Amino acid sequence: MANPLDYLKETASQTAGPYVHIGLVPSDTGIEIYDHELGRDITGPNATGERIRVEGRVLDGNGAALKDVLIEVWQANAEGVYAHPENSGTVEDGFRGWGRVIADFDSGEWSFETVKPGGVPGRSGSRQAPHINLWIVARGINIGLNTRLYFDDEGTANAADPVLGRVDPPHRRDTLIATRDDSGAMPVYRFDIRLQGDGETVFFDI
Amino acid sequence: MKTPAEFYMRDRSIHPPAYAPAYKTSVARSPNQALISLENTVSEITGPRFGHGDIAEGDNDLLTNYAAAGESAIGERIILHGRVLDENAKPVRNTLVEVWQANAGGRYRHKKDTYLAPMDPNFGGCGRTLTDDEGYYFFRTVKPGAYPWPNQVNNWRPAHVHFSVFGTAFAQRLITQCYFEGDPLIPICPIVQTIPDPAAIDRLTARLDMNATIPFDAIAYRFDIVLRGRRSTLFENRLEGN
Ligand SMILES: [Fe+2]
Repeated sequence: MANPLDYLKETASQTAGPYVHIGLVPSDTGIEIYDHELGRDITGPNATGERIRVEGRVLDGNGAALKDVLIEVWQANAEGVYAHPENSGTVEDGFRGWGRVIADFDSGEWSFETVKPGGVPGRSGSRQAPHINLWIVARGINIGLNTRLYFDDEGTANAADPVLGRVDPPHRRDTLIATRDDSGAMPVYRFDIRLQGDGETVFFDI
Repeated sequence: MKTPAEFYMRDRSIHPPAYAPAYKTSVARSPNQALISLENTVSEITGPRFGHGDIAEGDNDLLTNYAAAGESAIGERIILHGRVLDENAKPVRNTLVEVWQANAGGRYRHKKDTYLAPMDPNFGGCGRTLTDDEGYYFFRTVKPGAYPWPNQVNNWRPAHVHFSVFGTAFAQRLITQCYFEGDPLIPICPIVQTIPDPAAIDRLTARLDMNATIPFDAIAYRFDIVLRGRRSTLFENRLEGN
């Protein structure tokens, strides 16, 4: 018999279930244990760049909004630098680029405020358009869903983005592009995520 | 010189599929389209990092972190501990581990939980910690109770603790559930059985660990977690380009 390889197997995923808030955002359920909760502030006070709000819903195959969904956000700063030692460059003091967002328990609407990220390096010398990485978990989602949010006012960069370029048929790329609304005090990008069926959002195996 | 490169492709055969009709809620919440495969870029090989400023002493003690002074949660006192490793069997250091669970009667402290089992006034149901240099973590808690849930008319979840783990990269992000050795509800739970591989279910099952048990205090269960590992390459790492 050949010698077995000694790699371990990844632990299997299980659904986050209906009570994910207890674990990850306990004060939203009235449980006051931690002196502060994690993921509330994506940018910190010193981040430069354009302040924006992102809002949307996560819709199931029946078009109903998920009221128990939790989304994690991971993004670069306005200069296109991630707060991580493997990314060359530095970020503003206090910038983490990571956040947690939950849907409103009654309406299913969610939103978060951040700075618009800059473009980041792609593979083999390419350039990726500005984007926010999202990870979606909820009751009924057996393994977290990865997607990306791009910006509709970045048409040139989006057209050259190697990840958007992988999405076929091309019209499905539109499911990854948030639409800007400048009618309020702060720019708002709308991004509805459709888990299933007509207009189904593109999800990635990363 | 070897440099870290992409994460190993995720082995989807050990994970539950999105669509698992015996778990009814997954039916309308599962994508129909295939996932689009993405070679790792800087967006996937980076991720949030955590430090001791993010947590406080005692966050990992569910027996006392919600209890009134001098009080303790009711139930079977346990230590739930283990290591976070990657697929290369290397410890994942300084990574955030968060848990949440029902109380010893099977009731969650959540407005959507209407099960008739009583609340425990001294039990909140969540904890968090950072792994140490060996990837080791531990929690003190009570063993959660089984509880009924709406799926078929008579489904009961085995005792379980929900786990959330980060690793060092967004590509490693994982949420799972830990079960307890010998629980007869494991093989008949529609959520457990969304996992197609019996060996993968077995790896989600914490083992009674008498060596870590504290006499006259708490019974220990051991649960090791494995996150995705990375290739290393003898060649220039080109993930970030030139
Ligand atoms: Fe649960």
